[in-house]
Formats: sequence, structure tokens, C-alpha cells
Amino acid sequence: MMSNSANQYAVYGMNRDAAFWAALRRVLWAIAAALIVGAAAYTWLGFRGLAGAVVVTSIAAISAGIGERRQPAATAEEPAQADLTVLSPLAREMLERLPDPLLLVNGGDRVLFANGAMREVIGVGIERKHISAVMRTPAILDALARTAHTGEPLSIEFSVRVPIERHYKAFTSRVSADPSVVMLLLHDLTAMKRAEQMRVDFIANASHELRTPLAAVAGFIETLKGPARDDPEARDQFLDIMGTEAERMRRLIEDLLSLTRIELNEHVPPRGDVSIEAVVKQAAAALAPLAKADHIAITVDCPEPVPAVMGERDELVQLFQNLIHNAIKYGRDNGEVKISLRQQQAPGRRGPETQVVAAVKDDGEGIPAEAIPRLTERFYRVDVKRSRERGGTGLGLAIVKHIVNRHYGRLQIESRAGEGSTFTIVLPAKKGAEKPADAGVTELL
Amino acid sequence: MEPATSKWAGVMAEHTVRAFTEQLEALASSVAQMGGLAEAQLADAIDAIARRDTARAENVVANDRKVDELQQQIEELALKVLALRQPMAVDLRETLAAIKIAGELERIGDLAKNIAKRAIVLNREPPIRLAQSLARMGSQSLAQLKAVLDAYSDRDPDSAELVWKQDGEIDEMYNSLFRELLTYMMEDPRTIGLCTHFLFIAKNIERAGDHCTNIAEVVYHMVTGGHLAIERPKGDTTASARIEKKD
Repeated sequence: MMSNSANQYAVYGMNRDAAFWAALRRVLWAIAAALIVGAAAYTWLGFRGLAGAVVVTSIAAISAGIGERRQPAATAEEPAQADLTVLSPLAREMLERLPDPLLLVNGGDRVLFANGAMREVIGVGIERKHISAVMRTPAILDALARTAHTGEPLSIEFSVRVPIERHYKAFTSRVSADPSVVMLLLHDLTAMKRAEQMRVDFIANASHELRTPLAAVAGFIETLKGPARDDPEARDQFLDIMGTEAERMRRLIEDLLSLTRIELNEHVPPRGDVSIEAVVKQAAAALAPLAKADHIAITVDCPEPVPAVMGERDELVQLFQNLIHNAIKYGRDNGEVKISLRQQQAPGRRGPETQVVAAVKDDGEGIPAEAIPRLTERFYRVDVKRSRERGGTGLGLAIVKHIVNRHYGRLQIESRAGEGSTFTIVLPAKKGAEKPADAGVTELL
Repeated sequence: MEPATSKWAGVMAEHTVRAFTEQLEALASSVAQMGGLAEAQLADAIDAIARRDTARAENVVANDRKVDELQQQIEELALKVLALRQPMAVDLRETLAAIKIAGELERIGDLAKNIAKRAIVLNREPPIRLAQSLARMGSQSLAQLKAVLDAYSDRDPDSAELVWKQDGEIDEMYNSLFRELLTYMMEDPRTIGLCTHFLFIAKNIERAGDHCTNIAEVVYHMVTGGHLAIERPKGDTTASARIEKKD
């Protein structure tokens, strides 16, 4: 058994097992010393002397052995690992309170310390974990390794695309060479980049979608100034149409501004306590006149109280207003829009959680299967003509999708031809009464 | 020399356990790193299409070599562990899982490289509206990959199972895109070349999603020792879709 183990260690190199070889060396020296003393004792003192020498050297060997067993680690030649005592309490408190996420990495590969902001982004319980279990971005891992090795401070920009797009600038610097400690600081550029992107997108979208109604209105104005100038019937008819188009443009601009605002804040975690039941009832009440005009009944079915969610109330009201409005628009006349609320236990983004499930069901014609994956696309309509007739802007579901994303939820769409459609929103319930650090998701990798 | 022998045994057992644990950790860490690389490659390939960024696509093609190298390293380390430590139970499953996942990640890396190559071709042509649908499908695949790699790092079988179940969404997006591309091609035969590249890219993205569910199965088995159901509901019906010309 001895020689097998010796071979194993020979394969993996000496570094880790230096203690073993050191121990072996010491023992061999002890044996040699014992033999010399034994020989000397026998020569000068005879057998009795030899027996005495054996006793003495045994005692020496035992005590040396006990001594060794207690400190194998001291002779190991591993790189020194720092522990949190390298930070003074003041320094630690300062780092903890920095608004930017910060990480201290030990020896190039193990998490020594994560401040509050970093824990919010990455989750709790990451101390002493290997850095790759916490952060996978190749650029960051490379930068950390390089800085640990050369001491050169680095800064790199990187992006995370799912589940929500975020952009960061990361700074690495070596704060201590021995023990090796490297600092990783993140600076969130998301807001800045989003603002740029929003501006560009808004102009592109607005000009594209407004062009058509604007062209129609311009055409009618031309006609009214010219050929139809003295035709009261034509005048009335055209003015009606122009009014409708102007209203359409107004709704479109409102929706675009709405979408822009929501996308701008999509990466900011929601902070309020919201009762979904109250939100749904508010949305239903707001749309009651519209439903009445089509003789559609809105029913809210909530058999048991559902827990509150972390959310932005206004956005959630808008979400349900959009869904209920769609249900009314595409539902059968004299039909029913049914909203049911319940809770469930299911795996969420960070382990099992309680979830609030809200389903909005209409009894219209249904949506063809191949259209369903594209419904949340901006300006996508299954039937353009019908959508225009009912005053749709093509943005309602895109708005819903971005709000759901911000709230760490999911949107499910089911529909069968002739049987209507069900839009289901799943949102994580608020965990307990304390500030939910676990509402933060591992978005940063 | 009785006491010295047990002293040796004590020291050696300590070293053996520590070295073994460190090797298993090194394996897990290498798999996580390879996962990060695969994520970056897939993300860049999809960006290259969405933003028409040819330079990015070329980077992806050049970096594929690193993915392959990492896979070889992981296999070598895993083989060492198997041969010399003879791990059992969960340690054995972890070592095998590392080999399997490295294989799946290497395939995902290859798919990303192929997507990037086709992106270079696509970017030479005028932009096509369907590129946005493709980018959304790609984002969905990326989300699956991220979720399953998180499940691996966290040793979380429930998240793995969720990933396994959600593959249907990507399949549905693929069906939708497939039909639309057919319509495109039938309306205007001059777009057939472009649309064919699109089809291949879409298929690659869908395959990447499938590899993610394979990884999910491996993670589930690694943690629980059990298996997710043999038959995963497959949503991709394009293999049996009929092509009809609408008059």
C-alpha cells in the first residue's frame, strides 16, 4: 500500500505532498540516528546499554510523531490563502456599503468577500466558492487571472443578454500580492446604453408606423382643399376618417412612449408591495364601460387570497389593462372575459418559490398556432385589418412582455381555433417581510 | 515503528482526501468555464446577426478552437480521476457528468461557429425583417443555456427539470419561422438563397436548445441519480410539415 500511494503522489507532482516527503525524510533521519546511538550504546555499555538506547530513541520517535501529526499543514507549500481578518472592520464596512458590486478574490480563484450590492446581483452564500461557480464570463475570468498573476489593473466592458440585457464595465486590481487578493468592481452602464438605444429606436419606430396614417390624413386634406371642397357629404365622411386616424396616431405615440419608459427601467428591480387581486379589479373596473358596449361580462375569480408580489403598481395595472382590453377586443360579443387568480409552488429562477398565477381568458376566435410565438413582437398583428379596425397599435403585448420581464415573471399564451385564448401571467410572490435579497437573480455571469 | 506508520497513514489519508476534493472542484470549475465560453460564443453569434456585425462573427469562428481545447482538458482530467481515484456514487456521477457536459458544450460551440459563418454571408445582403425573429429565438436558446449552467453550478435538479420542459418554446418558434420562410421563398424565388441560410441558422439555434436539454438531463441524473422521462415532448413538427401552395 505504501508504494502505491508513493506512485500516486509521484504522478501528481510534489507540491501538495511536500509535507509527506518532509515527514518521511525526518523519520529516516530519526532511524539513522537511532541506529548510531544503538551501536554506540552496545559498544560501550553492552546489551543493557543497547536496551536503554532503544527505549530512549522510541520515546523520542513517539513524541516526534505526535508533534508531526499536529502540524502537517504548517509544512505544506500551498499558496497562502487570506481570510477576512486581512480586512480591518472599518475597511470591511466601507466595502460592504459601496453602491457598486464588489468582489474580493483569493489566490486568483476563490471568493473571499462579496459586498451587499454584489450579493443582490449574484445571490447569497457565495463566499469560499470557486469564482467560476459564481461568474462565468470568460473575459472576467481571464482578467482576474491576469491581474492576480501580473498585478496589472484591467478594465473591460461586457454585456449580459439574458434574462434582461445589462451592460457593465468591470475593473480588476490586485490589492495584495501575498496573500494574493484581487478586487473586482462593477460599474453598471445599462441605464446609459439603454437611453441611447431608446432614442434611436423611438425615432425609427415612430417614423415608420406614423407614416401611414399621416399620409392618409394629408391625402384627405388635399382632397378637401381641391375636388371635395364644396361637397358637404364627402366633407363629413372625410373629416370622420381623419379624426379616426388622428386618434390612432395619438394612441400610437402614447404606447411608444409607454414602451420606451418601461424598457428604460426594465433592468431596475421592482420595489413596491402589490396585491394582484386589487390590481386586476382596478383594471377590470377601468375597462367596464368598454366591455358593456360590446355586452361582454368581466368576471374576476379568486377563490383564495393570493400573496403579494414585489412590483411597480402602475406597470402591473397597465399590464392587466392591456390583457383585458385585448380580451374584450377579440372576444365574442355577449361573451365573457374571465380572470382567475391562484397561487402555486413551483421552481422559479432561483429554486422553488411561491408564485401568483393570473389567467385572462376570452372566448373569441382563437389565434393560429404559428402566430403565437410572434405575438409579443412589436407591431406584429395576426390580421392587420382587423387590428386597425379595433384600434390596435400592435404594441400592447410588447408592453406586457417587458413588464413581465422586469418583474421576473413568465407569460404563457394558449389558444385553440374557435375556443378563444388564455393569457397566463406567472409572478414570483414576495418572500417574507424583509428586503428580498433573493429577488435578485443571477443575471451577472 | 508502530506510531510512525499510523502517523504516515493519517497524513496521507488527509492529503488523499484533500487532493481528490480539489480535483473534483477543478473539474466542476473547468466545466463552468467552458460553459461560460460557450455562452459567450452563442451570444456573439446571435449578436452578429441581430446587429449585422461581421467582425464579431469572425471572432466567434476564431475562438472555437478554445472551446475544443477546453473539452480535451476536461476529458483528460476526468480520465485521471476515474483511473486513479476510482470514485464512487455521487463522485462517480459528477466525473461522468463532466465528460458528458463537456461534449454537449463542444457541440454548442460548433453550432455557434456555424451560425457565425452564415451570419457573415447574410450580412453581405440587404437586411431582412425576419432577422429579428431569429434573434429572439437565439435569445431563448441563450436563456436555456444560462439556466442549465446555473443549475449545474448550484447542483439544482429542479431548475434542470424546468429547462428540460421549456424546450418546446424554441421548437414552436422554429416551426413558425420555418413556415414563414417557406412563404417568403414561394412568393419571391430570388430570396431562396438567403432564406436557405436563414433556415440553417434557425435549425442550428434549435439544435443548441436541444443540447441544453441534454445537459439538463445529465445534471438531473448527477444530483439525484434518477432520470427525467425518456420521451421528451417534441414540438418540432417541421419534419412532417406538408408544403402547400396557396392560390
